[in-house]
Amino acid sequence: MIINLIVHFCLLILMPPLLLGIINKVKALFAGRRGPPLLQAYFDIGKLLRKGMVISRSTTWVFMAGPVVTLAAVFCAGTLIPLGRFAAPISFTGDLVLFAYLFGLARFFTTSAALDTGSAFEGMGAAREVTFAVLSEPALFLVFFVFVRLSGSLSLGEMLHLAPAGYVSGAVAPLVLVAIGLFIIMLAETCRIPVDDPNTHLELTMIHEVMVLDHSGPLLGIALYAAAMKLFVLSSLLLHVLQPFKSGLAWLDWLIFAGGMMVIAGTIGVVESVMARLRMNHVPHLLVAAIILCGAAFVLLVR
Amino acid sequence: MSLALAVTGTLLVVLSGLPGLLLAKWPRTGQVLSAVLCGLGSLVGLAGAFAALSGVGSADLSFPWLAVGGAWLRLDALSAFFLVPIYLVAALGSLYGLGYWPQSRQAGQAVYLQIFWGLLVGGMALLVLARQGMAFLFGWELMALSAFFLVSTDSERIECRNAGWIYLLATHVCTLTLFVLFVYWRSLTGSFEFSAPAAGRLTTLSTGLLFTLCLLGFGMKAGLMPLHFWLPGAHAVAPSHVSAMMSGVLLTMGVYGFLRMVFLLGPLPPVWGGLVLAAGLASALIGIVLAANQSDLKRLLAYSSVENVGIIFSGIGLAMLGRWFGQPRWVLFGLGGALLHVWNHAGFKPLLFFAAGGVLHAAGTRDLDRLGGLAKHMPFSAALFALGAIAACALPPLNGFISEFILYHGFLEALGDGGKLMALVAVPIIAIVGAVAIVAFVKAFGGGFLGLPRSPAAAVAHEAPLAMRLPMAVLAVVCLLIGLFPDLVLPMLERAMLVLSPAVAGRVRADSFLPPFRLRLVVGLFLAISSLMALWLAGRRRQALAAGTWDCGYARPDSRMQYTASSFSQAFSRVFTWLVRVVTKRPAALPVFPLRAAMDSKVPEPVLDGVLYPAAGRVQDRLVRLRRFQHGLIQSYVLYVLVALFILLATLIPFGRIAELLFPRL
Repeated sequence: MIINLIVHFCLLILMPPLLLGIINKVKALFAGRRGPPLLQAYFDIGKLLRKGMVISRSTTWVFMAGPVVTLAAVFCAGTLIPLGRFAAPISFTGDLVLFAYLFGLARFFTTSAALDTGSAFEGMGAAREVTFAVLSEPALFLVFFVFVRLSGSLSLGEMLHLAPAGYVSGAVAPLVLVAIGLFIIMLAETCRIPVDDPNTHLELTMIHEVMVLDHSGPLLGIALYAAAMKLFVLSSLLLHVLQPFKSGLAWLDWLIFAGGMMVIAGTIGVVESVMARLRMNHVPHLLVAAIILCGAAFVLLVR
Repeated sequence: MSLALAVTGTLLVVLSGLPGLLLAKWPRTGQVLSAVLCGLGSLVGLAGAFAALSGVGSADLSFPWLAVGGAWLRLDALSAFFLVPIYLVAALGSLYGLGYWPQSRQAGQAVYLQIFWGLLVGGMALLVLARQGMAFLFGWELMALSAFFLVSTDSERIECRNAGWIYLLATHVCTLTLFVLFVYWRSLTGSFEFSAPAAGRLTTLSTGLLFTLCLLGFGMKAGLMPLHFWLPGAHAVAPSHVSAMMSGVLLTMGVYGFLRMVFLLGPLPPVWGGLVLAAGLASALIGIVLAANQSDLKRLLAYSSVENVGIIFSGIGLAMLGRWFGQPRWVLFGLGGALLHVWNHAGFKPLLFFAAGGVLHAAGTRDLDRLGGLAKHMPFSAALFALGAIAACALPPLNGFISEFILYHGFLEALGDGGKLMALVAVPIIAIVGAVAIVAFVKAFGGGFLGLPRSPAAAVAHEAPLAMRLPMAVLAVVCLLIGLFPDLVLPMLERAMLVLSPAVAGRVRADSFLPPFRLRLVVGLFLAISSLMALWLAGRRRQALAAGTWDCGYARPDSRMQYTASSFSQAFSRVFTWLVRVVTKRPAALPVFPLRAAMDSKVPEPVLDGVLYPAAGRVQDRLVRLRRFQHGLIQSYVLYVLVALFILLATLIPFGRIAELLFPRL
């Protein structure tokens, strides 16, 4: 029990940068390059944390609060979500609302920190971030709807552990739709292609990278780490839909979980390699598609 | 005992305008004495209200009122629950006025403000305590009229006068509707009393009529869409502490009246509960989308009040549906969320209006596109505005989150027991509202306080004086306290809910209603991690280099180049063009040598500018023919009176009898 808790926190803290490494490796393979080492993200973050900072004169405490609050909020969201077949460290009825709203808190501070610099670029990024969240938020709640309906419970822990009950014949079609919808939400929330391109830094068309344009040194390191952790948390949510099997041996289940996460990261890498980023004004269409998919899943379930 | 305290406190507050009036020679002393009296009265009143909320009973206070057959006051937990915000904001607003509207600067107006402030509080307290229609209406009208005088304090400005008139018009429609309501109530039940009518007195039709009158009269006061049209203008131009009182407290008087009357009618058919739920959700969604499109700071806050009222009414709708369908859990979550949100809204919205008043005070404008960078000069107001904004976005760890958590919980539970359709509509809408609230409040906070100043006035802004900062600090503590320790208010919430629905007994404090300990665990973890990181970074910051904002190699970045508040919300409003119309005036295609060009965009108020003004204009055009009767000749006006009198007298002539006399039956 206590060991599972420790493993949970270890994975939550240590694994996120690895996912970035896998994504970049897959992208490099697709492009015919050798690519950076798998652990490059760890090196980057470690180096950034040791470097000095340059802080804009126009900024206030809000600028510093952006990455700090984001990381703390995402970490707390990570304590609410069960990893694999194991229970979440903290679980209560209605924790899914807190889970969604912690991301909202992170968004409030990330965008405020971007506006604090007074740069037009960062203002644009912040405006897009809050706009797209308006569409991804209801989609996320519709995903939860399906789980609530299937499991009859309002806590993430019980909701997500629905296998094998989740695999009654009627639940398969909704779960497929939910998986697609959730994948889109994850790409949008973590600012990956086709919604945003994490590799461009100075283009007018970006969201997350442009908001942290002025953060440097440890602040940038924290922002990158928080983004990776957000990817980890949302991927582990997705993994519950894709991979509900369990062996019964704790160590094997943890391995299955870690393997599943790596597969998801690889899939993101494939998506990023074969797709182009959408035009900014087409992104809402994609998100509305996610809403429709999840809504349709719910309707299939209650029909 | 508790009622006596409340009445004493109210009387003290009502009289608090007198020192200012009597000590006209020493204006500052008069104003300070007024504020002290107001604060003292409010403290006494708060003591009474909290006593009632903690279960201290008290005898009714009745006084003879021959015309309507006796009236009485009673302080039950529901009344006490609504009294708390009244007294809280009364005391804080009066203190705030010392710094915001000092007598020395605006001669005469501070006295005027304080007199009507006291009367406003008195009116609200009376209507909350009254247990009889006419006494209620007396308090209601006192509140409505003094609010009118408060809104038009600055009557030299045309926008104040216009907003004041529209408010007066709207509030009279409310009052007339309530007159009809209470008269009809009496004709059905035999008295003006607020007590459940005997079985069989009400038919389906009369219940429906009573409900409709309640929804119109109280809904208009509460600012429920589409009856909200008076609200943004009035909130924007009133002095900021008056806006705070109107937005945080006065609107909820509509909620109080609605709850008090509608729950007397017994379980209502689902069409009415559904209507309340739909109106609430529509107000929440349209209100917050409109808020995100405003660039006037106080108008933005006003529209966000429409949103919050919508959230409250959607909770009431859930409770009403639960009553009809026999689902006590729906009543529990719906009522609990709605009532707690009344308190929470009365905590963060006045805080935001107080901070907005500080901005207005310091930079002389409410236009977010001309503000910016205020956090450097007024760090205290900026920090507290941020806190209020987080609470208003319903984000953890502040109080707004707690009430929305309860509502979410209710709707999600309804998913399991027969409320699928309701939940499918309500939950995504509340989720969208939450996300749009972040757009609106990041816009307000970022546009107003962060970045570089966009006008010379904003560049030299100063921090608000202590008298204005203190009330903000108190409200911030309230927001934090309810957010971190919701278990403190749950017993009081339960007592207030028991007045309306006995079915909730013993359930409010259960862990399945709200798990305060687990919530606090997550929030504590969050605070611990972020403060540890902040400490570490503070050390690193000392060695940091300061430089200009990196603007991609551009040589001379300027404050005019930064994103304005309007541009911030533009991306968002493009997604919502189907809901809200934005009117943009763009310059025509520029010639070879560009001339001076200006671009302007605004969001017309959908009901006032979209429906009422055009309709009023058309009616006026139709009635223009009647003008020939109105030419200013007093003689002919006397003639009209005479003719009218003759016509009325003519009804007394017994034509039938005359005819009988003239033509006796042959």
